[in-house]
Amino acid sequence: MTKKQKKNLIRIIVSSVLIVILMFLPVEGWLRFLLFLVPYLLIGYDILIKAVKGVVNLQPFDECFLMSLATVGAMILAVIGDGDYLEAIAVMLFYQVGEWFESYAVGKSRHNIAELMDIRPDYANVETESGIEKKEPDEVGVGTVIIVKPGEKIPIDGIILEGNSMIDTSALTGESVPRTIHEGEDVISGCVNLSGVLKIRTTKEFEDSTVSKILDLVENASSRKSRSEDFITRFARVYTPAVVFSALALAVFPPMINFWFLSGEAHWAKWIYRALTFLVISCPCALVISIPLSFFAGIGGASREGILIKGSNYLEQLSKTGVVVFDKTGTLTKGVFEVTEILPENITKEKLLYMAASAEYYSTHPIAVSLRKAAGDSCTIPSDVSEIAGQGICATVDNDRVLVGNEKLMESNYISYKPSDICGTVLYTARNGIFTGIVVISDVIKSDAEKALCVLKGAGIRKTVMLTGDGKAVAEQVSSKIGIDEVYSELLPENKVEIIEKIISAKKQKEVVAFVGDGINDAPVLTRADIGIAMGAMGSDAAIEASDIVLMDDDPMKISKAVKISRKCLRIVKENIWFSIGVKVICLILGALGIANMWAAIFADVGVMMIAVINSIRALMVKNL
Amino acid sequence: MKKTYKIEVDCANCAAKMETAAKKVAGVKDVVVNYMTLKMKVEFEDGADEKDVMEQIFKVCRKIEPDCEIYYK
Repeated sequence: MTKKQKKNLIRIIVSSVLIVILMFLPVEGWLRFLLFLVPYLLIGYDILIKAVKGVVNLQPFDECFLMSLATVGAMILAVIGDGDYLEAIAVMLFYQVGEWFESYAVGKSRHNIAELMDIRPDYANVETESGIEKKEPDEVGVGTVIIVKPGEKIPIDGIILEGNSMIDTSALTGESVPRTIHEGEDVISGCVNLSGVLKIRTTKEFEDSTVSKILDLVENASSRKSRSEDFITRFARVYTPAVVFSALALAVFPPMINFWFLSGEAHWAKWIYRALTFLVISCPCALVISIPLSFFAGIGGASREGILIKGSNYLEQLSKTGVVVFDKTGTLTKGVFEVTEILPENITKEKLLYMAASAEYYSTHPIAVSLRKAAGDSCTIPSDVSEIAGQGICATVDNDRVLVGNEKLMESNYISYKPSDICGTVLYTARNGIFTGIVVISDVIKSDAEKALCVLKGAGIRKTVMLTGDGKAVAEQVSSKIGIDEVYSELLPENKVEIIEKIISAKKQKEVVAFVGDGINDAPVLTRADIGIAMGAMGSDAAIEASDIVLMDDDPMKISKAVKISRKCLRIVKENIWFSIGVKVICLILGALGIANMWAAIFADVGVMMIAVINSIRALMVKNL
Repeated sequence: MKKTYKIEVDCANCAAKMETAAKKVAGVKDVVVNYMTLKMKVEFEDGADEKDVMEQIFKVCRKIEPDCEIYYK
């Protein structure tokens, strides 16, 4: 609790106690008025002062003005009428309770979110000749050597000079399994070093480092207003004056009509009371506070899961997503070639792999790299290696003459082989002139891709599309395996933009087309789509710039999670809008008819606000979506 | 030049009012007040003196929101 909150809490308690005591005091007349004035002024002096200041500064229509007008009016009615001062004081008291609660709840969730995003490093340990010196991260230049001890945050992006360790990337990615890092690898700021001491040479300034970029992005997110927020701002601007004038009309016209046209009694007091009730109900605080709070909580909760949303407007757009377009490589597939199938012919699988990997021992071709990776350490150094361009490799492994390559290599060596129609890169092998089987190398589909698409469909996505520069056969194999509705293959980067435009023009009204890419060479598509989602963007500036939503790691499940978070957040926003306006309108009508008294009015104001705020905070809870 | 300042303010509406008022101060190109993060981001006109402008902003904000605070020193 802040000082101010404490002070206000004391004011609330003291005046409540005073009111209860005064209710049992048998005093009448002016003395009673003066006594009741004490708790009224105690609880309401700041509101009254603000209201007067508002009028002086020619900005009269705010909550303070409404409250002051209503309570002063009720006090005057009580003086000339039945002496029931309780209502006026209660209105002020409950209003203050509401304000206090609002400030407490907002402070609390601000604190929660700040804690979630607690990735800002406080210092960097710079290595100097005289030892280690603690410096502000933004004073450290590029190329400086810094030391990160276990338990400390990596303050600046860099490359590891010495040391191996485990790092916790959860603050950035939401991924709870620690990552092992070794000498020579790049590390990004914001991760927590868990086990060993690391010596890092910085490759960026602090302000260009990942951690600064992310903080900047999250902190500025809520300044990009969504349409719901704009609606509320505009609404409040029209609403307050409208209510004040209707209240005035309610106080003036019915009595006049009664008096002049129906020749009855004017009942001024009765109508003024109703008008005042009207004013109390009308405060728009529930809306004004709960809508931005919901978005703020939604964005905060999402960042904790490694989903960075650049603004409330994007969160709102995302919730309307009907079509999701994926880039294949790096998004649905890992973008790395791996051995996916081994079909041996009169030889064991292990032996075949060993033979092929050894033959490719010296090659740096990606295919050779993936072969050696699959074979692990069990390779041997070949002799008499000759590379036949466009065909493959010929080498002697353990005194056997081994051939590894495509169909042409088999044909030119007159080897009878079984042609295969498996997708991907097929390597045919032969030993001493006899066919020994094939090894298939292809881009691997991410393990969660299928599940992610299924969940997306479950979340109400109408259509999924995949774009790829790869051949048709590969594209169709991947898409049928994971369940994509539409595939466009053999595309050049500029074709992808055309296709996105086609999809956007064919979409349903109000529907949003999202594009998910890895940010490498699809920045134009990310920008062109209604919502651009960049994946695995940790450390890639271009992707962070071009996209609207950034997924820090490359888990495809995060896409559906992001959609679900946005839907939940927007549902809460809508609930709050309908609930607040609904209750108010009902109470306004009841108040005008004289059915709802000031007590109902207080509920309509403070009660609704509290419920709406509590509802907003739910947007923060996204862990299990 | 852009700078971010920490602020103290009570309600979302007040923050919006501060923003509108601060935008009208001479030497200010743009102001964004973020109630949720309690930050005020000021973009200054070229050649404007940061200290003078911030003092002006503080003055107008105090006028509409007597209990607000801007940490600019």
